[in-house]
Amino acid sequence: MVATTYSKEEILQLLSAIADPEIPVVSISEIGMLRDVMITDAGCEVILTPTYTGCPAMGIIEADIKALLHENGIEPVTVTMVYTPAWTTDWINDAARAKMNAYGIAPPKRSSCGSVADAEKHINCPICNAADTTLVSRYGSTACKALYKCNSCKEPFEYFKCH
Amino acid sequence: MTQQEALFKYTLRLGDNALILSQRLSEWCSNAPFIEEDLALTNFALDMIGRAQVLLRYAGEVEGKEKSEDILAFRRSERQYYNNQIAEQPNGDFACTMVRQLFISAFELYLFTELQKSKDATIAAVAAKTLKEVRYHLAHAEDWIIRLGNGTTESHNRVQQAVNDLWMFTGEQFEMDETDNLLIAEGIAADLHALQPLWSNYIENILSKATIKTPQDAYMQTGSRKGIHTEHLGHLLSDMQYLQRAYPDAIW
Repeated sequence: MVATTYSKEEILQLLSAIADPEIPVVSISEIGMLRDVMITDAGCEVILTPTYTGCPAMGIIEADIKALLHENGIEPVTVTMVYTPAWTTDWINDAARAKMNAYGIAPPKRSSCGSVADAEKHINCPICNAADTTLVSRYGSTACKALYKCNSCKEPFEYFKCH
Repeated sequence: MTQQEALFKYTLRLGDNALILSQRLSEWCSNAPFIEEDLALTNFALDMIGRAQVLLRYAGEVEGKEKSEDILAFRRSERQYYNNQIAEQPNGDFACTMVRQLFISAFELYLFTELQKSKDATIAAVAAKTLKEVRYHLAHAEDWIIRLGNGTTESHNRVQQAVNDLWMFTGEQFEMDETDNLLIAEGIAADLHALQPLWSNYIENILSKATIKTPQDAYMQTGSRKGIHTEHLGHLLSDMQYLQRAYPDAIW
C-alpha cells in the first residue's frame, strides 16, 4: 500500500494535472469536478462529482485518474461518483474561467440557477469581447455548451452554459 | 408490499421514463430538421440516458439481486417496464416530438422539484441534478411550441394535432398506486395528485401563448403502473435490446 507515502494534498496536487477531455485547458480540479481524496487502509479513494449525468467524459476522466496514480505507484485506487451536492458551474474558479475565455469558450455566468432565459442573455464574445452576440443553438458540440455568434467580429463561439 | 419492494418499483419507474424517452429521442439522430436541432435532441437523449443509468443502478442495489443497470435495461420485457405510456409514443413529426417533450418536461419540473426533498438520499441527489437539465429541456420545448403555434397554418395545425393526439396520455403521469402511497408516508416519493393542477396551469398558459386549444377530453389512457403498455413499447425494446438478446453479455 504505497498511497500512505503520499499525503492527501500531494495526491490532489497530482490529480490537478488531469484535464477535462472536452476543454483541455481546464483541469478537473479547476472545474470543480474533483471533490476529495481519501486515504484509507484499503487504498486511495478519489471522489468526483459529474458535471452532467450523461457526460461521456466521465469514463475517460476515471481512466486518466487511475492511470496517473498507477504511474506514481499509488494503488489500489477507487473512483467514487457523488451526486450531492449537485455540481454547479459556480464551482468553476476564476483561473479556469479566464483560461476558458482565452481558449474561445465564453465562461458561464455566476449564480447559475436562475431562469434559463436570463442565463442566455448578455454573453460577451470571448474573441473581441463585444456584448452584441446572438444565441444560435442552445446545444453545441457537447451538452454543456451552447452556440453563439458575435455580431461585432462575426465569429461563431461556444458558451459554457449555466448549470 | 414492503418498503424495499416499493422503492425498487418507484426507482424503476423513474429510470424507465428516462430510458425510454432517451431511446425515442435518439431516433432523431441525423434525422432532425437541421443540425442544431439534431444536437439539441440528441443532447436531451444523453441527459436522460445518464439519469436512467444512475437510477437503474440504484434500483439494482435496492433489489439486492446483483442486477446491473445494463441487465435491468436490456433483459426486461415490456410487462416489466413501468415508464408512462407517453414516453414510448412514436416521435411522429417534429411538432409531435416537441409537444411530447413539453408535456413530459413540465411534469418532470414539478416532480423533481418535490423529489429534491426526498428522504432517500440518492433520489434527492438525482432530482437536484436532473432539475438543472430539465429546465433546459422545458425552455427549448416551450420556445418551439410557441413559435410553431404562432407560425404558419401548417405548423399551427401540426402542433394542435399533436396536442390532441397526445392529450390522453398525460393523465397517467399523475396516477398513484400502493407504491406511491407507501413511499409518500416515508417522505420518499412525491404526491403526484398535488402536482397535477400546477402542471395543468402551466400547460394551459403555454398553449394559450401558442394560440393552441387545450383539449377538454376527460378520457385518459392508463396501464403502465401495472406494466401495461401501448403497442409501441415492444417495437422500441426489440430495437434497443437486440444486441444484448442476440449476444448476451457482449461488452465494448
